[in-house]
Amino acid sequence: MIELRNLTKSFDGRTVLHNIDATFYTGKTNLIIGQSGSGKTVLMKSLVGLITPDSGEILFDGRNVLAMNREQTAQLHQEIGMLFQGSALFDSETVLGNVMFPLVMFTNKSKAEIRERAMFCLERVNLLGAENKYPSEISGGMQKRVAIARAIALNPKYLFCDEPNSGLDPKTSIIIDELLSDITHEYGITTVINTHDMNSVLGIGENIIFINKGHREWVGDMSKIYNTANEALNDFVFATHLFQEVRRYVAETGRPNPKAK
Amino acid sequence: MFITSSLATFGRYCLFLKRVFSIPDRWSATAKRTLAEIFKLGIDSIPLVLIISIFIGGVIAIQMQLNIASPLIPAYSVGLATREIILLEFSNSILCLILAGKVGSNIASEIGTMRVTEQIDALEIMGINSANYLVLPKVIAFVCFMPVLAILCMATSIFGGWLVAVFTDLITVSKYVYGLQAFFNEWYVWYGLIKSLVFAFIIATTASFFGYNVRGGALDVGKASTDGVVTSSIFILLFDLILTKLLLQ
Repeated sequence: MIELRNLTKSFDGRTVLHNIDATFYTGKTNLIIGQSGSGKTVLMKSLVGLITPDSGEILFDGRNVLAMNREQTAQLHQEIGMLFQGSALFDSETVLGNVMFPLVMFTNKSKAEIRERAMFCLERVNLLGAENKYPSEISGGMQKRVAIARAIALNPKYLFCDEPNSGLDPKTSIIIDELLSDITHEYGITTVINTHDMNSVLGIGENIIFINKGHREWVGDMSKIYNTANEALNDFVFATHLFQEVRRYVAETGRPNPKAK
Repeated sequence: MFITSSLATFGRYCLFLKRVFSIPDRWSATAKRTLAEIFKLGIDSIPLVLIISIFIGGVIAIQMQLNIASPLIPAYSVGLATREIILLEFSNSILCLILAGKVGSNIASEIGTMRVTEQIDALEIMGINSANYLVLPKVIAFVCFMPVLAILCMATSIFGGWLVAVFTDLITVSKYVYGLQAFFNEWYVWYGLIKSLVFAFIIATTASFFGYNVRGGALDVGKASTDGVVTSSIFILLFDLILTKLLLQ
């Protein structure tokens, strides 16, 4: 579980995050949503340590990140997996090399064991057969899956995903969403996904935090989002005609999703 | 304003070097990357060094003959002057100015691209000291291989001058070879090698610094690459002056 308490961050006198309080639960897909410029990327970067907040607390299972020394931070980073918006795969390494990289750097396993673990991760994301290709030789969706395989190689406790669906077609987006959701439940990871993809919000959002103009405006799950009275959230989620129709369908039938079990 | 911003940049450069020269997370990974960088930055530069050296060596020999042709100056002076120019300046300062363009832009654009595509952030989040992991192998590789390039440059340039003697009637081969051997001061070779080591360090660290601190996109990577080359060239000239004063006077 990750807890944020009164997190504040300013840049050049402009406050981007205002006293954010939030909880991200273990074994759940936690979504941070909000418009572009709302502060969700700053929030995500603060969580993973790329930005230092001005004040507040970030607790990873009770451990305050901002009070950690360098060794403790390095140790925590090995418990974190991250999926970047642009995948951030190493160009000079093959697909297999990318997945093996954290294992080579942080484990004392033999080469055969490292390769076996990397192949297992690639199999988990349905990428067996692509291990000898370079990132430039595979599609955007495949790159995302390689990045997921690399992120889970060290069995992370926490998985952060920055806009995992950006640049992907709707079908591939759903595959990525389902993969992230499955991995979260299968390994009991605390997954935090930064997104403004409404399919993800209504498909896998078990704990949704809506950020608006640097403030935490709303918290809930995907079923509650249909009936929210929060005007900013309504404007954001149901901005398109398609999602307005979805909300109307839910209101009429009481079912959030035609495929819902 | 210019002075304060320059001092601030120099301070950031020093902090960057502190991160670069910390103890690597994995020595084996650093060794493997250093070997790869020797090939990329050093061995791949050999053809350029050979081509430039052979032509410039020939040009220096011709210009020496044309400029110092006088009944009062012995003919072997052409070989002697060619050797001194090559050992004292061309094989280190001029060569490094050329390599600042090739190697410096390569380093800055590679690291800069890694920065804008979030590959450096990915390393940091894994808990890896990215400056150390990416830059230290480049610095070690280039500094270690630079003397090899400088020696190759010395030998090839002198050979270029010898070819002029062989294929033209400007100077006889025997006079050129005699001039090469006359009044030889071994220290000049060491002086050239010391300078090349310092310049290699300047090129590798300056270009890495500019690449590592890129913010933005492709345009900014190009700008960082240019800034890296220009700044390292200026520092090469500055340290050329300082080292010459220190080592030759």
